Amino acid sequence: MTAQDGQKELEEQFAQWRQYVLRRKELQPLDADELEDHLRGSVDELAAAGLSPDEAFLVAVKRMGNLDELSREFAREHSERLWKQLVLTADADSPVGETRSRRDLWAMAICVAGAVASVKVPALFGLSFEDDSSVYERNFALFALPWLAAFLVWRRQARRPVIAILVALFALGAVAANIYPLAATSQSVVLTSIHLPIALWLVVGLAYVADDWRSTRRRMDFIRFTGEWFIYFVLMALGGGVLSAFLYNIFDAIGIVPEVFISQWLLPCGAAGAVVVAGWLVEAKQSVVENIAPVLTRLFTPLFTAALLAFLVAVVWTSHGIDVEREALILFNLLLVVVLGLLLYSLSARDPLAPPGPFDKLQLALVVSALAIDVLVLLEITGRITDEYGSTPNRAAALGENVILLVNLAWSAWLLLTFIRRRTPFAALERWQTGYLPVYAAWAWIVVLVFPPLFNYV
Amino acid sequence: MKVAKDLVAASATPMVLGILAEGESYGYAILRRINELSEGELDWTEGLLYPLLHRLERLGHAESSWQSVAGERKRKYYRITDKGLAELAEQRRQWDTVVDALKEIWHDRVPLTVHPLEGLA
Repeated sequence: MTAQDGQKELEEQFAQWRQYVLRRKELQPLDADELEDHLRGSVDELAAAGLSPDEAFLVAVKRMGNLDELSREFAREHSERLWKQLVLTADADSPVGETRSRRDLWAMAICVAGAVASVKVPALFGLSFEDDSSVYERNFALFALPWLAAFLVWRRQARRPVIAILVALFALGAVAANIYPLAATSQSVVLTSIHLPIALWLVVGLAYVADDWRSTRRRMDFIRFTGEWFIYFVLMALGGGVLSAFLYNIFDAIGIVPEVFISQWLLPCGAAGAVVVAGWLVEAKQSVVENIAPVLTRLFTPLFTAALLAFLVAVVWTSHGIDVEREALILFNLLLVVVLGLLLYSLSARDPLAPPGPFDKLQLALVVSALAIDVLVLLEITGRITDEYGSTPNRAAALGENVILLVNLAWSAWLLLTFIRRRTPFAALERWQTGYLPVYAAWAWIVVLVFPPLFNYV
Repeated sequence: MKVAKDLVAASATPMVLGILAEGESYGYAILRRINELSEGELDWTEGLLYPLLHRLERLGHAESSWQSVAGERKRKYYRITDKGLAELAEQRRQWDTVVDALKEIWHDRVPLTVHPLEGLA
C-alpha cells in the first residue's frame, strides 16, 4: 500500500466518521467541522509518533471517547437543538432544499395575497358586509380555497388536465353559490354555506393528490393533511382573536374605534390568508413536529367511548326516550362526525402491519356505541317524519348525512371486527375510508346544486 | 493519581480562560496545553471542552472565527474578550480565596496518614 492509498483511505474514514456524527441532532455541521479538526490534529500527532494512518485513526477515535457521552454534553449546552425549529427556509443545510423552500415561500406569499384580495373583490361591485352578508356567507369558501388549491398545484407541478378539472369545479361552485334566486333568510343559503366549503375542500383534496388520485396512500395523506391543516388554522384563529382584542382595546383607549377595520378587513382577510398559510405550514414542516391529530385521537378515544357508553346505560336505565327537537338530528350528526374523525385519525397514524391490539377493540366499542345511539335517534325520528314541519331542505340534508355517516361507520365497525378477529387485513379498513371520500363530495355537491330547485328555493 | 471529576469540572472555566488569555487558540491545542500543564493528571474530554467553549462564546467571554489551515481544512479559533478577562480576574480572586484557606488549614500539618481518632487520643 502506497502512502497515497493510505491517505485516500484515511479521507474515506473521516467522511464516514463525519456522517456518523451528523446523524445526531445535538451535533450540527459546524460542530462536526470542529470535532473533525480535533480528530485530524490527534491523527497527525499519532502519525508523527510513527503510527500508520489506519492505526492513528483508530486510536484517535478511541481517544475521543463515546459519542453518546459527547452528544449528551453538547445537548446540555445547546438544548434548543432538541426542539426542532420551524424556520422560514426549512432544511437550510442542503442548497437544493433551501432554494426549494424559498420558492415555496414566494408561491405561498402570492397565494395569500390572492386570497386576501379575493375577499375584497365583491366590494368592488358595491356589495358590503352589512347589506349583502348572504353573498359573503355563500361565497366565503370561494375566496380562499382556490388559492390553497393553486399553491398545492404549484407544489405538485400538476398536469394540465388536472388543472382544467380543478378550474371547472371551482367555477361550478361559484355558479352554484350565486345563480339561484335565494332569499337572504332562506334555509338553502345556510345549507349552501355549509356544504359548498365541504365540496370545495374535497376539490382541494384533488389538487393535493394531483399526481396519483387513485392511490389509497395519497388519499390517506390528504386526510392527514386535513387534520394538521385544521389544527394550524385553529391556532392561527386563536392568535388572530388575541390580536384583534388588543388592537380594539388599545385604539379604543386613545378614542379611535377600529371596529370597521377589524370586522371588515382584519378578520375576513386574515381568515382567507390563514387558510393558505396553514396549508403551507403543513407542507413545509412535515417532520418538524409529530403529527398532532393522531395524538389527540389517542387521548380522546377512551374518553368519548366512556361518555357514549355512559349515555347508553343512562338511556336504558331511565327508559327515557331521546327527546328529538328540531336541532337534535344535527347534534347527533356532529357526534357521528366526531366519532368518524377519531376513527380516521387513529387509522392515519397506525402501522398497517401491526397486529390488532387493545386500542382497536376500544375503537370498535366507540363506533358500536355511536351506532347504537344513532339508531335510537333514527327510530325516534321516523315516528315524526310526517309532523307539521313536513320535509324541509334542512331535514332532508341532515337525514341524508346521517345515513351516509351511518353506512360508513356500520361497515367500518364490521371491518374492525373482522380485523380484530384476524379475518381481514387492516388495509381493508383504510381502503374503505379513503374510497368513501367521493361519497361526501357527491352529497355536498347534490345539496349545493340540486336542493335549492328541488325545494323551490326555500 | 487522577483528579476527581467534580474538581476538573469546577476548574474548567478558569483553566480555559487562562489559556485563552495567553493568546488565541483552538480546541485541540487547548486540550494539549492542559495535558502539558497538569502532566496528564487532569482528565479532560472533548465532551467537556467543546460545550464549554461554546458556552463561553454564548456568554461573551470568548469570540471565535473560522480560519483555514493546510488547504481545505478549517479550524475554529477562540479569542478571549474584555468581558472574559474580567471573568477570569473574578474567578482567579475566588480560587485564590479557596487555595489560601486550604493552605491555612494544611499549614505546618503533617499529611493525614494516621487515623484521625488515634491522632486525637
